[in-house]
Amino acid sequence: MIQGIPLYYFLVVSTLMFFIGIFGFLTRKNLITMLMSIELILNSVNINFVVFNKYLYPQNLQGHFFSIIVIAVAAAEAAVGIAIIINIYRNFRSIDVENVDQMKN
Amino acid sequence: MNNQVMFVFLALMILVFSVLTVTSRKILRAAVYLLFVLVSTAGIYFQLEYTFLAAVQLTVYAGGIVVLIIFSILLTSHISEKAAVSEWKQSVLSTLASGAGALLTLLTIYKFTFVPSPEPASTSTVTDVGTALISTEHNGFALPFEVVSILLLAAMIGAIIVARREKDKNMNSENK
Repeated sequence: MIQGIPLYYFLVVSTLMFFIGIFGFLTRKNLITMLMSIELILNSVNINFVVFNKYLYPQNLQGHFFSIIVIAVAAAEAAVGIAIIINIYRNFRSIDVENVDQMKN
Repeated sequence: MNNQVMFVFLALMILVFSVLTVTSRKILRAAVYLLFVLVSTAGIYFQLEYTFLAAVQLTVYAGGIVVLIIFSILLTSHISEKAAVSEWKQSVLSTLASGAGALLTLLTIYKFTFVPSPEPASTSTVTDVGTALISTEHNGFALPFEVVSILLLAAMIGAIIVARREKDKNMNSENK
């Protein structure tokens, strides 16, 4: 653990970041900005994993590896998501969620 | 004392730029704010002395994903285009929902007593991380490592197939 910083501080930061991500996901209309909100959410969860690992189970590295795997999954998700968004743009000429309302092709 | 100052600085960076990411009307700026958030998160990992994880965060998130997002923004929207503002009612309801969720979670965290372990931290140098990633022993992570490798391969192939322009099909439909 780090001298002078309780576990709670990290949890507060990651909780606020998570719900800011949720807020962005609910209010944004553009698909790419919604993807960015998802990245915020994933990132805040990563902070939680790492901090629990460091403070509660410092003799193991489970949380550390879990966040590495989450980062890999986030990279895969961003790649596939952006491919889908570009395909949607090609078909609809727009990436606003309101215009994408039919399962075409 | 130094730790605390650094932590407060990083936490403020994260929170301020997170809010700017989800509220900025210009999409490209939102992407750059997201970059700041991710770099500050890497700073927190450095503070926790998980240097390898911080390096991965910087290369994959800040280097890879943000560049990918910026590319797709440039491909799909005009640079001076402003994001549509959501309706008044929708933004108020979203604020209420996320605020209530945050309050509930913070209260739960506050009530729960975490007992920090007094044991000394195990080292997390690149050597340890690499050895654990390919070890099949008790604390090894060979199986998750392989599963993630296959997932990345599948995602890469999937992304190429989804984003590829389907020439044959288009030609067929034009002929019809």
